Amino acid sequence: MPEPPHGPGQGPAHGLPPDPHTAVAPTGGPALDLASSEAQTLEGGQPPGGPGPEARVGSLWSDAWRDLRRNPVFIISALIILFLIVIAIWPSLIASGSPYKANLAKAQEGAEPGHPFGYDVQGRDLYTRVVYGARASIVVGVCATAGAALLGSLLGGLAGFFGGWGDAVLSRVADIFFGIPIVLGGLVFLSVITSGSVWPVVGFIVLLGWPQISRIARGSVVTAKQNDYVQAARALGASNGRLLLRHIAPNAVAPVIVVATIALGTYISLEATLSYLGVGLKPPTVSWGIDISAASTHIRNAPHMLLWPAGALSITVLAFIMLGDAVRDALDPKLR
Amino acid sequence: MGRYVIRRLLQMIPVFIGSTFLIFFMVYALGDPVAALFGDRAPDPATAAQIREDLYLDEPLWKQYLHYMGQIFQGDFGTAFNGQPVTELMADAWPVTVRLTLVAIAFEILIGITLGVLSGLRRGRAIDTTVLLLSLIVISIPTFVSGYVLQYLCGIKWNTVSPTVSPDAPLNELLLPGVVVGLVSLAYVTRLTRTSIAENVRADYVRTALAKGLPRRRVITRHLLRNSLIPVVTFIGTDIGGLMGGALVTERIFNIHGVGYQLYQGVLRQNSPTVVGFVTVLVLVFLVANLLVDLLYAVLDPRIRYA
Amino acid sequence: MTVVNEPSPHPATEAPAEPLLDVRDLHVEFRLRDGVSQAVNGVSYAVRAGETLAVLGESGSGKSVTAQAIMGILDSPPGYVTAGQVRFQGRDLLTLGREERRKVRGAQMAMIFQDALSALNPVVSVGAQLGEMFEVHRGLSRKAARQRAIELMDRVRIPAAAQRVGDYPHQFSGGMRQRIMIAMAMALEPALIIADEPTTALDVTVQAQVMELLAELRRELDMGLILITHDLGVVADVADTIAVMYAGRIVENAPVHDLYRAPAHPYTRGLLDSIPRLDQKGQELYAIKGLPPNLMHIPPGCPFHPRCPRARDVCRVDRPPLYEVTDPGSVADAGGVGGGGRTSACHFWEETLDDE
Repeated sequence: MPEPPHGPGQGPAHGLPPDPHTAVAPTGGPALDLASSEAQTLEGGQPPGGPGPEARVGSLWSDAWRDLRRNPVFIISALIILFLIVIAIWPSLIASGSPYKANLAKAQEGAEPGHPFGYDVQGRDLYTRVVYGARASIVVGVCATAGAALLGSLLGGLAGFFGGWGDAVLSRVADIFFGIPIVLGGLVFLSVITSGSVWPVVGFIVLLGWPQISRIARGSVVTAKQNDYVQAARALGASNGRLLLRHIAPNAVAPVIVVATIALGTYISLEATLSYLGVGLKPPTVSWGIDISAASTHIRNAPHMLLWPAGALSITVLAFIMLGDAVRDALDPKLR
Repeated sequence: MGRYVIRRLLQMIPVFIGSTFLIFFMVYALGDPVAALFGDRAPDPATAAQIREDLYLDEPLWKQYLHYMGQIFQGDFGTAFNGQPVTELMADAWPVTVRLTLVAIAFEILIGITLGVLSGLRRGRAIDTTVLLLSLIVISIPTFVSGYVLQYLCGIKWNTVSPTVSPDAPLNELLLPGVVVGLVSLAYVTRLTRTSIAENVRADYVRTALAKGLPRRRVITRHLLRNSLIPVVTFIGTDIGGLMGGALVTERIFNIHGVGYQLYQGVLRQNSPTVVGFVTVLVLVFLVANLLVDLLYAVLDPRIRYA
Repeated sequence: MTVVNEPSPHPATEAPAEPLLDVRDLHVEFRLRDGVSQAVNGVSYAVRAGETLAVLGESGSGKSVTAQAIMGILDSPPGYVTAGQVRFQGRDLLTLGREERRKVRGAQMAMIFQDALSALNPVVSVGAQLGEMFEVHRGLSRKAARQRAIELMDRVRIPAAAQRVGDYPHQFSGGMRQRIMIAMAMALEPALIIADEPTTALDVTVQAQVMELLAELRRELDMGLILITHDLGVVADVADTIAVMYAGRIVENAPVHDLYRAPAHPYTRGLLDSIPRLDQKGQELYAIKGLPPNLMHIPPGCPFHPRCPRARDVCRVDRPPLYEVTDPGSVADAGGVGGGGRTSACHFWEETLDDE
């Protein structure tokens, strides 16, 4: 038996069964229909159009926030990310030396007092380099995600809202970008660029990353567009711009945020992979990917040179992916 | 069905052209193939001009592209700058990478689906939480990190397998690299299977199967799995391109002379015909794999109708 | 919607022998994240061979959960049977091992679900789903099982059964799908069938056909039938006795005629009064006020008291037991001294019974 659609602002926005005491009106269901139809008129007296879509969105986010605060996975990953951001901005807070100061006599040596991670191939302090390496990863991750999310949700959102030939063209263009394995594309594209700074890498990731976000944004806008309150607002003569900004975007933004958070982790991983392949960041930029690449040829006799930056990289990626996972669980309890 | 296949094939054409042109553009327009050919030496102007003419490099880019594609469809992928035909390189490289990918997929299916079913059936219990967390960790470790770490542990420290692969790449030497290539996808397969099983295990038809008095094993294999694996099959099919990308890194670590290795060498040396040739075939493989997945969908789910 | 036409061929008073199914004081709870939901709180009912028991109640009254507990297909976790007995053919199913219990399911006790489209596996052909019963319980070969599947489909009057045996559930109409469900339930000629809202998802015209088929097959095979429903109209025509459930309890249990003629519980009366009747056209339709209770916080005393027009102070404190009802108007209880098989969980059943 199909449930009647929820009216404006009533019923929980997530997948929990309505509690008979708090649900405004019973949803019918396979109940004794006559008995419950009375309840609808007696207690379901919520005036139509009471709390609007804003309230619905508000409760979605406040429910999610309540879930998140109690979720240890979220707390741990958020703390790690906070820490990473702080040391990306002020690495000298926890590492006093310079990441470039080399002491060849100490090359490849292991840990010793004051140098907990040991030294790299050129005798530079590995701990300092690992700390300074966070900056490149965070900058690439954050900037590339921001760019891809903005571009992707703008294009995908408009395509989903207006449909038509623009939508069709966008889908085909996205298909083209999906057809190219991203590491391969990066290898080809970045190999012709000589600059070793973060910006070409960011630009490339935005170029190949936006289709993923645009697909998600398009899908959730198409879904949100069909909601009753959007139809109602349209019937009341709301303009397209107002519909998109006030009614659709607040409801469509959740999946984009989730995917973007997880993508941030994978972009950091991608940057390291490209740097490892020699086409991403290049010295003198300090990057975990470069250090891992340099250490890889010495893995037999000095594995620590590879393991420390690799560990830092993996924990950073893990933190963002865990954060995205926790946020998704909180926003969509059905998936649990 | 036949009409559907034809429509899908027609839809593939613009995607194929777009993807290959994009790569073609990156290689030929952004780089300078002739300069790369001569390396650090200054090119002899006459020779350079000859090469340019042979490769249509003086024509506009779209003409170059058309010329190139025309040749490809006659089976001529051009000549690498060392004089070897690209098709010869392919004949050596593709079988190796195909084997590597098959090892990776076999590994994903065997372990990923098993773990996913186990944790999906015990949703919320300790094993489920453990599997979920482990899969997140595996996803977070970039392939080149897990590649080196596993190579170091298995190949050097414990000395259980050879750390590098010999040129003819026998299957037993490809096991560890295959695991590395498939590791991240394995984690995705696990999570996807788990979610799908956990959703379907409460489905009405599973309750019916239980009410029929079927043994638990039969309920799971005949009723639950068949429904739950549909999205997993889709993922594995569309992930083939990603696996090939992973091969780029893995083949470098284990010194495997496959597609990834050739591509990497080709890019570093700006060996344009090699790069474009391999990428063209790669895009083709990716598109065909996607089509096959769509058709497989119809076999797995009779509700899908192709008009 | 009038009262039944002819007396049932199997009066409930006939056999003093042990009933086919005897549920005693069954308790089921769901342990959820937000607390424990008391879904079934001491349900007892019995079904004899050849008899039809209708279980009536709103959604959330525990009627389906009781059925799932009897079948042994409760989702566990979160659902647990915490007390009671399910005596079936002389033995308590709750004490059997998992494997013994499985062999009872499908073979001696089968279930028909509400929505056949979701209850049938979408990616397995109906022939395979029917044949599976014979393969698993009777050890038939796949080919022989397929033959039996065709015979079953013929028996529930599916046209062109031999051609359609390889079709998938979505290729059948709603009524045909429910016939397939019925065929599946009676494949091994079980002693008891539990039908959980078997016609709710169907069109009104098809509903009657499906009910007729079910009743006919029940007669042929002399099965016991538990019919779970919220539709009082369906009940009147096919049931022998009715058990009315509210908040996980039986509130009234009576032969079908007696219950329709004179309900002994205010909730039952409310249900009957909320049926539209032709002879009362133009009057406002009665409805029970309020909502069923939250099963995590069942009110003290009589769980129905917040909605009951008859509620007095005692109802808010004392939980009424199942009183035996003496009903002088009943055929079975002609003397008005009890023994007519009627019970009511209302302190004031006598007033309710006399009320008209």
